[in-house]
Amino acid sequence: METPNPNVKMWQGNVACAEAALAAGCRFFAGYPITPSTEIAEVLSQRLPMVGGNFIQMEDEIAAMGAIIGASLGGAKAMTATSGPGFSLKQENIGFAAMAEVPCVIVNVQRGGPSTGLPTHAAQGEVMQSRWGTHGDHPIIVLSPFSVRETYDMTVRAFNLAEKYRTPVILLSDEIIGHLTEKVDVPPIEQMRIVNRKKPSVSPDNYLPYELNESDIPAMANFGDGYRYHVTGLAHDETGFPTNNPEKIQVQLDRLNRKIDRYRDDIVEIETHYTEDAEILVISFGSTSRSARRAVINAREKGIKAGLLRLKTIWPFPDKEIEVISDPVRKIIVAEMNLGQIAHEVEWATRRSKPVVRVNKINGEPITPNEIFNAIIAQD
Amino acid sequence: MDYLQYLRLDKMPHIWCDGCGHGIVLKSILRSIDKLEWDKNDIAMVSGIGCSSRTPGYVDFNTLHTTHGRALAFATGLKIASPRLHVIVVSGDGDATAIGGNHFIHAARRNIDITMIIYNNYIYGMTGGQVSPTTPSRKKASTAPYGNPDEPFDISRLAQAAGAAYVARSTVYHVGRTDKYIEQALLKPGFSVVEVLTPCPTSYGRRNKEGTAVDMMMAQKANSVGLERIKNMSDEELEGKIILGVFVDKDQKSYLTRYNEVVEQARNMK
Repeated sequence: METPNPNVKMWQGNVACAEAALAAGCRFFAGYPITPSTEIAEVLSQRLPMVGGNFIQMEDEIAAMGAIIGASLGGAKAMTATSGPGFSLKQENIGFAAMAEVPCVIVNVQRGGPSTGLPTHAAQGEVMQSRWGTHGDHPIIVLSPFSVRETYDMTVRAFNLAEKYRTPVILLSDEIIGHLTEKVDVPPIEQMRIVNRKKPSVSPDNYLPYELNESDIPAMANFGDGYRYHVTGLAHDETGFPTNNPEKIQVQLDRLNRKIDRYRDDIVEIETHYTEDAEILVISFGSTSRSARRAVINAREKGIKAGLLRLKTIWPFPDKEIEVISDPVRKIIVAEMNLGQIAHEVEWATRRSKPVVRVNKINGEPITPNEIFNAIIAQD
Repeated sequence: MDYLQYLRLDKMPHIWCDGCGHGIVLKSILRSIDKLEWDKNDIAMVSGIGCSSRTPGYVDFNTLHTTHGRALAFATGLKIASPRLHVIVVSGDGDATAIGGNHFIHAARRNIDITMIIYNNYIYGMTGGQVSPTTPSRKKASTAPYGNPDEPFDISRLAQAAGAAYVARSTVYHVGRTDKYIEQALLKPGFSVVEVLTPCPTSYGRRNKEGTAVDMMMAQKANSVGLERIKNMSDEELEGKIILGVFVDKDQKSYLTRYNEVVEQARNMK
């Protein structure tokens, strides 16, 4: 009998997320129980103390979000995990993290909504909330995994992007991926790319926590490193102190939004299947893209030139990629477990130049390959 | 002592109104810190939203001005991630016990190693004098024009019931007590709370005809009674009195001590 490979695991998506967080260097997790994300907290409550890290179950979702921001300012890589109702509660503090440019990772294992909705069933209803859930114009990065292995890789990437760009990053999973058990060939930790935030190289007297520099990403000192700076959610200038000066506010908010926009090519990832000669393009993401892939394969077996574009990055939206790939096709199908949140963006990206057919479901059941296949073969 | 070494003078003038007691609380905090000779780099001051929550902007520590009511949540993460920092939360009555009430009782229950200074002025000052959880019954506020129909919280008793390791109450008139209590709180392992009553002549005093800032401080003097004296007083005598003193001073394992035991246990089980 062969010796089992210790690096090959049978994990559910939520476990892969927790393990990846540890591998990425997460040493602080604050959470609150909510289905279907709770396993992430449960695993980390066991695993974090083993590596000298900190797990804390807070009194509510809002506190969990606040705690990870505080921990990140103290120098820890920090994460929280939740689902729809909890994600709504966290929004104000997510906005704080965006405004104060504090790296952190928020996992949203999506369930059916609105409101308490369907706690144990999947949905993809927070595409727009993850982008615009908190008030005001702000940047955000949102990634969406379609498998357990990708949950692992994307969780690591979420930390890397958060650290690199000093921003909250949202991992938009869903109940199906979170609770799906699959084989994961865990990459050796020494082969993984781990990014850490850039620390200031100047003396404390010359440190500007929100410096307008060439990269648009200011260096970040930990509290206690001797830099004694001020962090606020109020509009602030380069020094971090509040200001009402319109010019100073404008340059800071311009930089804040630009720092993600200008690096969107580094952030945006997509995956394509059979798109080279496709006449019909299916666009999907997360668990629904598994059905979409099967539908496209089934169509190809019948000689229908269908292709799949899977969005790995949701925000910044892969508009340029969609525009190019969809250019030769005559029809686009967007399959998603909401009422068209991605489809709307696709119509915008393609300037409504071709029909965008929506395959939607919000009753808690997954969209089946057949439902997407039927949309592929439907007469226009 | 030299206050200037702790102040960010370029951020002055501060936003507090003439006659506001908040500056007196700030000086008590600075005197207590100075007495302990703590390095400014090792101090983090965290606040939420409100007049008192502007304090961190004026002091030369690691300072964090968070969302309304959530200072303790941010501070909890900061303290756990960076335990060598002395984490001080400053908050007002509305910030601490209305929108932040849940975090307040849970920080006390958890006995997290944080000192919280609550500036209690019975009112939402920054937004113009709305009724707060500590506005006395029947007193007027911009959102209680007929008088407050509610009963107020007793912040110190609330902290005591929720499990804080150290709880004391003073007023800005009683600076000696305030200095001593803040110093004791800063030295206390676990969650320590100092409630300081501070007059808001602009938004509370004017509407309730309590006179000038000085009149309001003299009223603090006249209406206060030390905790040590209340045993011998009748309920009638205690009516309307502000009870000052140390309500709790107990030794119990702090959150960090207990969490370190968890880490030891987890490492031994590996």
